Formats: sequence, structure tokens, C-alpha cells
Amino acid sequence: MSLIGAKVLRKEDPNLVTGRGSFVDDLRPDRCLTMAFVPSTEAHARVRSVDASEAAALPGVAAVWTAADVAHLPPCPGLPGLERPLLASDVVRFVGEPVAVVVAEDRYLAADAVAAVVVDYEPLPAVVGVQAALAADAPALFPALGGNLVFEQPWESDLADVFAAAPRTASLHIVNNRCAPTPIEPNACLADWGPSGLTLWAAFQAPHHLRNKLAEFFGIAHDETRVIAPDVGGGFGAKINLVPELYLAPALSRALGRPVKYVQTRSECLQAMYHGRAQEQDVDVAFDDDGRLLGLRFMVTQDNGGYPDPGGMGLPALTTAMATGCYKVPRVAVGWRNVVTNTTPVASYRGAGRPEATFMIERVVDLVADETGLDPLEVRRRNFIQPDEFPYATSSPLAVYDSGNYPGALDELLRILDYDAVRQEQRRNLDDDTKPLIGVGFSTWVEIAGFGPPGSLEAFGHLGSWESAQIRVQPDGSAIVYTGASPHGQGTETTFAQIAADNLGIPFERISVRHGDTATVLQGIGTMGSRCTAIAGEGVRAAATTVLGRAKEIAAHLLEADPADLQAEDGAFTVRGTPARSVSWNDVAWASFRPLDLPEGMTPGSLETSVFQQVANFSFPSGAYACVVEVDRHTGRVGVRGFYLVDDCGTVINPLLAEGQVQGGIAQGIAQALFEEVSYDPQGALLTSTLMDYLVPAAPDLPGFVSSRICTPTPNSVLGAKGIGESGSIGSPPAVVNAVVDALAHLGVRHVDMPVTPQKVWRLLEGAR
Amino acid sequence: MNRIPVRVTVNGEPTEHDVEPRLLLVHHLRETLRLTGTHVGCDTSNCGACTVLLDGEPVKSCTVLAVQADGHQVTTVEGLAAGDGRLTAVQEGFRREHGLQCGYCTPGMIMAATGLLAAEPDPPEHRIREALEGNLCRCTGYQMIVNAVRWAAAHAGETFDVATGPRQAEGAA
Repeated sequence: MSLIGAKVLRKEDPNLVTGRGSFVDDLRPDRCLTMAFVPSTEAHARVRSVDASEAAALPGVAAVWTAADVAHLPPCPGLPGLERPLLASDVVRFVGEPVAVVVAEDRYLAADAVAAVVVDYEPLPAVVGVQAALAADAPALFPALGGNLVFEQPWESDLADVFAAAPRTASLHIVNNRCAPTPIEPNACLADWGPSGLTLWAAFQAPHHLRNKLAEFFGIAHDETRVIAPDVGGGFGAKINLVPELYLAPALSRALGRPVKYVQTRSECLQAMYHGRAQEQDVDVAFDDDGRLLGLRFMVTQDNGGYPDPGGMGLPALTTAMATGCYKVPRVAVGWRNVVTNTTPVASYRGAGRPEATFMIERVVDLVADETGLDPLEVRRRNFIQPDEFPYATSSPLAVYDSGNYPGALDELLRILDYDAVRQEQRRNLDDDTKPLIGVGFSTWVEIAGFGPPGSLEAFGHLGSWESAQIRVQPDGSAIVYTGASPHGQGTETTFAQIAADNLGIPFERISVRHGDTATVLQGIGTMGSRCTAIAGEGVRAAATTVLGRAKEIAAHLLEADPADLQAEDGAFTVRGTPARSVSWNDVAWASFRPLDLPEGMTPGSLETSVFQQVANFSFPSGAYACVVEVDRHTGRVGVRGFYLVDDCGTVINPLLAEGQVQGGIAQGIAQALFEEVSYDPQGALLTSTLMDYLVPAAPDLPGFVSSRICTPTPNSVLGAKGIGESGSIGSPPAVVNAVVDALAHLGVRHVDMPVTPQKVWRLLEGAR
Repeated sequence: MNRIPVRVTVNGEPTEHDVEPRLLLVHHLRETLRLTGTHVGCDTSNCGACTVLLDGEPVKSCTVLAVQADGHQVTTVEGLAAGDGRLTAVQEGFRREHGLQCGYCTPGMIMAATGLLAAEPDPPEHRIREALEGNLCRCTGYQMIVNAVRWAAAHAGETFDVATGPRQAEGAA
């Protein structure tokens, strides 16, 4: 029986439910020291002096380093001339930027030492928000830049002809709120640099990538640099950033000759782990009286924070690539700007540029519906790319959609949602002051995933865009799969064992999946961009197919049969039609290491192989979501009454895990839509530096989910899986906001920026009274 | 700094150590006793990753000083499974219903759920959500955690083999 598509329970869970997981902070080598940062309390300031003398003299303190102590080391990788230093030297550019680092015998003594470091700042005018940063008289973060604009991609055409001729036009200014990724495990790393080289354990999504970067940074060889990502407590895109602690912990371990561990506190995490989103959009749409889209023109302004991270610089490129969503838009004008401000740097966060695109286009189609008086679903249907139009080349060269069925997903959504009943209740409640206002919002979305085509990740500093897979059958017939993907909650040990079991004929229970260690996994790129199953999983399938072919040759030799007549299933090879003629996988594996048992010309150890899996195109998962909200007329509180989702990620390996990915992503999307926003005061002080101020939703804040699924496999691979990790966070925010706007439409409300807090809604309700 | 003797019975085993008065219970468990199943996820007692049972009641061990636990009983996630390694219904429920992804919040969730079911053996969904309000999960969106606790309630008192449990979820194709 095939395990592809089966709800197999996870191999990961027995350790994790018994407290036997192994996260970075759980590791404590002998003589391990604790590292802690002295964070800047100023958003923008000249550092006059750092006095570490008292801290260095405290008991149990092994070292206190300031910028002068790391002057011999390069900065973090970044844009030439705008790189982030390991420790701020002359100027600090955001609250939380480290100005010194201390190392002590334990975390309590380290905290004492941090408190004893005296920093003298000369405050400079701070810049918060992209509008302020682009003002003519704005203070510049980097004087050499001559302003705060790092990069500008202007429109190729302003589409003046389209907009002049269009029967109707509309415009929207959108602020896509800054979010903190907030994995429950913050950043953490542990460096041990001994005579035989450097080992770094890190809560990281791409250990080989980090290995390559560390070796380059310190001028050491790859073979003497080992990076291990043990159990990782969530990443959401934030644990691929090359932040200073990843270099400072090794540097301090080398200097002190002892292991050095760094674990962020939550407050440090909220101010120093790179943020996501933080994008503004000015969009104009041209359309006709029938709601058909004629042209889309927009400018994306990306807040990159205090230092332009290379990944963060690329966010608008992904936004603009996906800006037309699942619709046919004849003419498109795309522009973007990258801006620095005195805030935490911004980089990838679950979805990374695509949630911003989906939010924009899904708000725009609702705006078109509002302007034309058409139902929002009718506007969507009239503009959908049709199932027979794939592959579909959009206006972006990055986005040639592989496959999809957008009307089919919407049909399925309307099967699980009683749309008419919601509309009827909405009308009834409207005239009854004792009842909440009801709104229903839709999002029919498509995203870009499966980052695997050559060049797609090289642009972000990675070695390649392939992913490695290696299978080694052991002498007893069990098998180990090694993957360059580096999971942090996805359940890859389970799904890859399912793929391998199906394609090898070895039982699931006799397959282990290893990952996250550069010393055991041959090479790797990492887990991000919804690429794990689509690329690495396809590699496992390909490797298994090769190994199975060789195993059949050995089995055929042992059975004196033709390899083509053999089938492998449930741990044995059987001659088709002659079930009595059978040899176990265990015996075949054993024979594979014994030359006297092998067919002529076959060498021992043939039942292992390595694959560097590539794909020719991205994959484009899609879906249709609906959100039903009720708005309290007196408090403005928005309650999510129901969330209905239809997801299409192509082939599903494990529906239980796929559903978990979707629900978790939607939870983060609802959180962005209703609760979460990193906020600063005008001087750049961070107002959301603890979980008391930054509202991560808890169980009572979120709804249950009504789920369904359609399947259009990707033609990019045999497996047909498109990727699923980011779908929920991409598709859900506009469904929520469209629902709120729908609930308030009778008041003339046409847009609300996220997060849709009770205060914002209350003001809209009050303004209409 | 002066040290104070602390005697805590942890997972049924008596322990005695001299600790700094400022040492948090969670660090006593993790660093002194090396029971690293209890995690730390915040510094304001919001996330609940450090939840343990103190005399049977769920508490956030980052909000308790080790010296305050003197003379008390503490149960951590390591103390749930019996000596033979069999899982409790709550642990098994999280596995069966996919109530965990990265697993970092999971020990705290399991301890909070264990405390809930001890007080309310058959809580409805809204009570489960309320009772777990102090425990944050960033991966699941909570529905599957709620399902896990419901599953545990339906299998109260049973224990489960960690190694050779069923391969597939119930109702699987």
C-alpha cells in the first residue's frame, strides 16, 4: 500500500513529547561559557565611548568585547558599504543593535556584566517609517548614500494610455504592517572552536549555507568547519539571517579556548531577530464596468530597517512577481524602492514578499467589486486564469505559473461554506442593533514556491538552488536518508521516510532520515521558500529509484530472474506472477556488501546514491479562503467566527502534516490581520519589546478551521508536490481584512490597514455615527 | 553570592542543592538538575513553555524562584511517562492529533493540559482554549492542540507504547 497521501504519525514526536528533544540551549559542553549582548538603547546615535572596565572586573566574567576588539574581523555579509558591523562602532542605527558583548560563567553573571557596561551616546535625529525616511530633509543613516533610498526600480511605463482610456479606475494606499516572526525558540547558537576546527550548533534553517559563510568569514576550510542544526524551535524564515552572534560566538570561543553559548531572551528576540513585511504600496487599477481588470500600476516601498539585509532587499522583487495573483491583467507597471530607517532590519518572514502581493491584489479585486457593485466572487471569476491556460506566463519573467485550477478551488470553497446563509444573516443583523455586524471576505490566491530553479537562491547568497538527497541502505536492509533540507517543525523525517518507503519497498519503520549536520549530510541548501518537499523530497524519490534499480539487479541475480520481472514491496522482492519466488530486502542488502553474492561487474556498496535535485521552474501553490467575522458594534472588536479553506499544493505526502502547515500559516496570517504589529515611537524606541506588548494570539483568539483540498500536481517533478509551508500566511490576511471591510461597507468603509484592532474599528464606527 | 539549601522532590526523586536566592526554578530544573525538557520562551511569563506542575498545579517555572519550591513536589515532562517509557494519554494525544510541529512549546502545553484534565476530566473545546491561554504555540494555530486534549480526555488513564504505537492516525486512508 502506498504511503504517499497517508496520515502517517510523525517519527519526530516520541522525543518531543517526552522532553528528549535536543535544542541548542539544552546542550552544555564542559566549561561552556554564556554570551550576552549590550544592546543599544538609542535608535540613532553616535557612540562616544563604551566603558567595560567595571564589567570586566566582575567575578565570573571571562571577556567583554567592544567594536575595537573585533576590528580585525569583517562585518556581516551585506551590501557593499552598507554592511552591518559585528558590534556597532561609531554609530548605532536601531534599538537593540549590540554595542558590546560579554562572556561569563553563567547567564546570571553575564546579565550582571551587561548591566555594568556604560555606554555614552550622543543622540542623533532618528528616522522611523518610509515616508519620514524619504522626506527631503530626513537625516541620513549612511551619509555616503546621500539619503535613505538604497535602491529604486522605476516603472518602465506609467500606463498613461491604459488609465486614460479605462472606463473606471481606483487607487489604494496600503501599509503592510511590520511583524516579528517570534518562533517560540529565539535565536540560539553554541560555538566550540578547538584545535581540530570549529563546531557551531545553531538554531538555523540552512546549516550548510552557514558553514560556507563562516568558513569564508574566518578564512578557514569547509572540512574543518562543522555546523549542526539540532532540534530547532520554529524558524518562519527568520533563522536564515546572518546575524552577528553567529560570528561572535565562534570568535570568542577561539579567543577564550572554551565553548561559548548564546541564547536570545525574548525581549532581545523581539528587537534583534529580523522583522518581516514592513512594506507600503501605492496601487492604481484600471477596469471596466463589467469588473474586468485592464491595468495595474503600483509602487512598493520596502522598509529595510537599520541595515539593508540582502534577503530583505529582495522582498519587493517577490512582491512584484506575484502582484497580479490568479488573474489575467493585460498591462502591468511595476516599481519598487528599498529604504533604510532606524529600526530593526527587515528580512524574510513566512511568505517573504508574497503575502504583501496577495494582500494588495486581493484588496484590489474587492475594491473593483465595490466600485462596480458586483459580487466579489463574480469579479474574481471574470478575471481568473483558466485551468486550460497553463503554463501561464504572467507579466513577470519570474512567474510562469506551472499549473492550477482557480475556479475549481473556489467551487470547492462554496461547497464547504454556505455563502447565501452568511449573506442572509448579514442582512438580518444590519438592522438589529443588538446583533454584531457580520462580514465575509475572500482570498483566491496563488504564491510562488519550490525555490529550486538555478539562480533562484544564488541571488540571495546561497551556493545553489538544488537540494541534496542521499540514500544508504544498511547491511541489514534498513535505510538512512540524508537530506540537505533542514527542518524546524515540518516533519521531514516522516514525509521523506514515506517517500523513500514507497520508492524503495523498504518498510517505513526501517527508514531513518538524517539532517542538519554538515559533517554527515554531504551538502545542502536548507529549508525555506516552501522548497523542502518540492525539491528535497523529489531528490529523495529520485535517489530511491536509482537504489531500487540496483537492488533489483542483485535480487534478480539471487533469484535467477530478470530484474524487469521483479516488484519490491513490504520489504521483499518477488517475481511477478510467482509469489513463491521471493527474496527479502534484508538478504539483498546483505548480499550487496558481499562480492561473492553479486552479479558479475557489480561492486560492493552499490545500494547508496546521491542526488543534487534541481527543477526547471518554480511551483505555484494556490487556494481559496473565506473568513467570516463578527464585529462588535460597541467595542469594535473583530471576532473570527469561521475560517474556510481550500488548498492546492499539488501532491500531498501526508495530509495530517499538510493540514498542520496550512492551519499554522493561517494562524499567523490572522495574527497579522488582527493582532500583531511591531511599533516604534517617533524617536525609534521600540514599543513592542515583550510578549506583553506584542500580541501573539493564544488559543482563545483563533477560530477552528473548515478545510478541504483540490490537487493539481506540478509538472516540474515526478512527485508533483508544490510546497505548502507558506501558503496559509500568504493567503489568509486579505480574507480577514476583506471580511472586516465587508462588515463595515454600509458605513462607506473601503479599506482598513492591518492590524485591524478594536480601536481602529471603533473609530470607524464612531466616525459614522 | 550566598547560597541557600533547596530541597525539591522532582518527578518523585528527592533532590537537595545549595542555590543562589535569585535562581529561577526553570533554571534550577534545566541547569542544576539537567532536566532540559522544560523550555524557556520568554521573559515575561507570557509563553508558558516553562510550565511544570508544582504540587500538581500548573505553574510557569520562570515565575517561581527555586527557593520557593523548597519542600514541594515538581513534575516535569520527563516525569510523565512511567519508568517503562509508556506515554500518558496527553502525550499520546499530541502525537495522534498532530498537536505539535517544532516541539518547543510542547512540554509546557502538555503540562498545562495535564493540569487541566486533572481538574476537569472532560472539558469542552472552549474550556480547553481558555485553560491553555497562557501557553503560546507559533506552529499549529491551536486547533490540533485542542483536538489532542480532547483525544486525551477520551483516553484518560490509558498508557501507550512510545516505540510501537500505530503508524497512522485514526480515520486515515
